Amino acid sequence: MSNNENNEDKHYVAPFSKEVSFDELQDAPPSGKFRLSITGKLGVIVVAFWLFIAIFGQFLAPYEENDLPFPDDYSEFQKPRPGAWLGTDVDDRDILSRIMYGAGRTIGISLAGVLIAYVIGVTLGIGSSIAGSRIDQVLTQFFNILLAIPTIMFGLVVVAAVGSSIPVLIITAGAIFSPVVFRLSRALGMEIMVMDFVEAAKVRGEGYRWIIFKEIWPNAAMPLISDFGLRFIYVILFVSSLSFLGLGVQPPLADWGSMVRENLGALQYGESVIPILAPAIAIASLTVAINLIVDDVSAHAGGKLSGRL
Amino acid sequence: MFRIILTKIAAGLLTTLGVSIVIFLGTNALPGDAAQIRLGQAATEDSLRALREELGLNLPLYQQYFRWLFNFLQGEFGTSLASGNVTIAQLISDRYENTLIVSTLTAMIGVPISVGLGIMAAMFPGTIYDRFLTLGSVTLVAAPEFFTATLMVLFVVFFLGIGNAVVVGSIEDKNLAELITHFILPIATLCLVIAAQLIRMTRAAVLNVMNSPYIEMAILKGIPRRRVVMRHALLNAIGPIVNVIAINLAYVVTGVIVIEVYFGYAGLATLIVQGVQTRDYILIQTLGMIFCATYVILMMIADLASILSNPRLRHPK
Repeated sequence: MSNNENNEDKHYVAPFSKEVSFDELQDAPPSGKFRLSITGKLGVIVVAFWLFIAIFGQFLAPYEENDLPFPDDYSEFQKPRPGAWLGTDVDDRDILSRIMYGAGRTIGISLAGVLIAYVIGVTLGIGSSIAGSRIDQVLTQFFNILLAIPTIMFGLVVVAAVGSSIPVLIITAGAIFSPVVFRLSRALGMEIMVMDFVEAAKVRGEGYRWIIFKEIWPNAAMPLISDFGLRFIYVILFVSSLSFLGLGVQPPLADWGSMVRENLGALQYGESVIPILAPAIAIASLTVAINLIVDDVSAHAGGKLSGRL
Repeated sequence: MFRIILTKIAAGLLTTLGVSIVIFLGTNALPGDAAQIRLGQAATEDSLRALREELGLNLPLYQQYFRWLFNFLQGEFGTSLASGNVTIAQLISDRYENTLIVSTLTAMIGVPISVGLGIMAAMFPGTIYDRFLTLGSVTLVAAPEFFTATLMVLFVVFFLGIGNAVVVGSIEDKNLAELITHFILPIATLCLVIAAQLIRMTRAAVLNVMNSPYIEMAILKGIPRRRVVMRHALLNAIGPIVNVIAINLAYVVTGVIVIEVYFGYAGLATLIVQGVQTRDYILIQTLGMIFCATYVILMMIADLASILSNPRLRHPK
C-alpha cells in the first residue's frame, strides 16, 4: 500500500518518472503465474490417478464387481495374496476390483451433485445480487433456512421420503449444497457490483449480460473455483457417509462408503482389516488431495475466501 | 445491545420454525399415512377413516402441522409406527444417555485441548510444531469420520490392546475402567474429528488478530512473544474462538451419527437411521427436530458469542 502511494507521489512531482505499472495497482489481479507447491503437485497426481480409475477402472479391474473368483476357499475377509491383491471382502469378492468399480460411482455421483449445486447456487446467487432487494430477500431467507439443517439430516429425511437410488443421491446432494454456493456467489456478486468499474460499465450503457460475463464473472471465478474444490470434498464425504449409513448406494453395487459398511465385521473377526481400511483410505486420499490443491489455489487467490462468507 | 441480542434470538426461533416446516412437509411426502401403515393389511375403508379421524389426519395440512408442533413442544411425540405401541418418548429415553454422554465428554475433553493446540500453533507460526499440526489437521479435516474411526480402532484396539472394536452392552453396573473402555473409542474419534477443524480455525482466528497494527506495535516495543499472544492477541481473539467452538459443537451433533453407527452403540443417531430404514416417519420427524433444533441453537450461540465479545459489534454506530 505504502509502495503504491509513493509511486503516485513521484508521479505527481515528476511526470516523467517511470509509469505506474498495472500490477502495482491495488485492485490488480494476483501477479505471476500460478504455481503449485510440492504438496499441491502431490494432490494433483493423486486426483488425476483417481479420475483415471473412475473412468477406466471398470475395464481394468481383474474381476467383475460381484464375481466370486475364489470358489474353492470360500471364507470372508481373506488376507491379500496373488490374484486378490487387497484380499477379499465379507462375501469373498475381490476388494481391488470393487474399489475400481466403486471409484466411478463415488466420484461420478459426487461430481454430478456438486455441479448441480453450482449451477443452482451460482445462477441464483449472482442473479439475486443483481436483481435487487425483493427477490434477493426472499431467496436469502429461503436458503438460510435450508442452511440451518445439518446436511446428513437433510439427506436422511429425503431418503426416507423417496427411497435411495443414484439419481436421488445426485439431486439431493445438489439441493443440499446449493445454499452454501448461493451464499458465496451472492456475497461475491454484491462485493463486485459496488466496484467502480461496474458503475463505469453501467454508465457506459452496458447490458446485464455484459456486466455478468465481462465484469462479475472474471472477478468471481477464482474464489468460486477454489470453493468448488472444497464443496466437492464435502459432497464426497456426504455421499459416502450416507452410503456408510446404508442409505446411499445400495448393495450389491460397489461404492466406497458402502464397502466400509459391508466390511465393518472385519474389525471383529476378520483375518485382516484391509477390507475396511482400503475403501476408507481411497476416500481419504482423494479428499485430502483435493484439499491440498484447494489450499494452493486459495493462497493464490488471496486466501480471503473464508472472510467472504 | 439488548435489541441486537433479541433480534438474533428471534431470528434463531424463526429459523427453527422454518426448519420444522421443512421437516414436517418432507416427512409428509412419504407414501402412505400413519393410519394405513398402522392398520396394514387389515385396513378397511371404515377403520381407516376412523383412525384418521382419531389421529387428526383428515384435517387440512396446516392444521396438522400446528397440531404436531404444539404436541412436540409439550413433549408429546406420538407413538412409533414401526415398533408396535411403543411411544417415541419411550424410545428416546432408552437411548438418549449414550448420545449425551459421548457428545458432552467430547466437548469437555476435545475442545480445550484443540483450542490450546491451535493457540500454540499460532504462537509459533512456521515452526516444525506448527507445520506438523497444520499438516495433521489438513489431513483429518478432509477425511471421512469412518476413516478416522478406523485409524483409532487400529491404534487403540490392535496396537494398545484396550477396549473392543464394537461397543457392547449397556452402561449400567459397569465400574470406571469398564466405562472407559466402553466409551474410549467413540469419544476419542469424535475428539479427533473436531480437533482437526478446531485447531485450524483457532489458529486462523489468532493469526488474524496477530496481523493487526497494534500487535505489530507491541512486537516493536520489544514485548516477548508469549506476552504478546497472551495479553494482546488472545483477548481480542476470544470472540472468534468462542464462535469457532460453537460451530464445532454443532458439528458434533451430526458427526455423532456416523460414529454411533460405526461403533454400533445404541444412541439417538442409530435410532433415526433405524427410523429411516423402517420408514417410521413419526420417529424421523421427532428426532430430526431435536437434532436440527440443537444445531440451530448452537449456531445462534456462535453468533451471539461473536457479537458479545466484540465491543464494536456490541455498540454499533
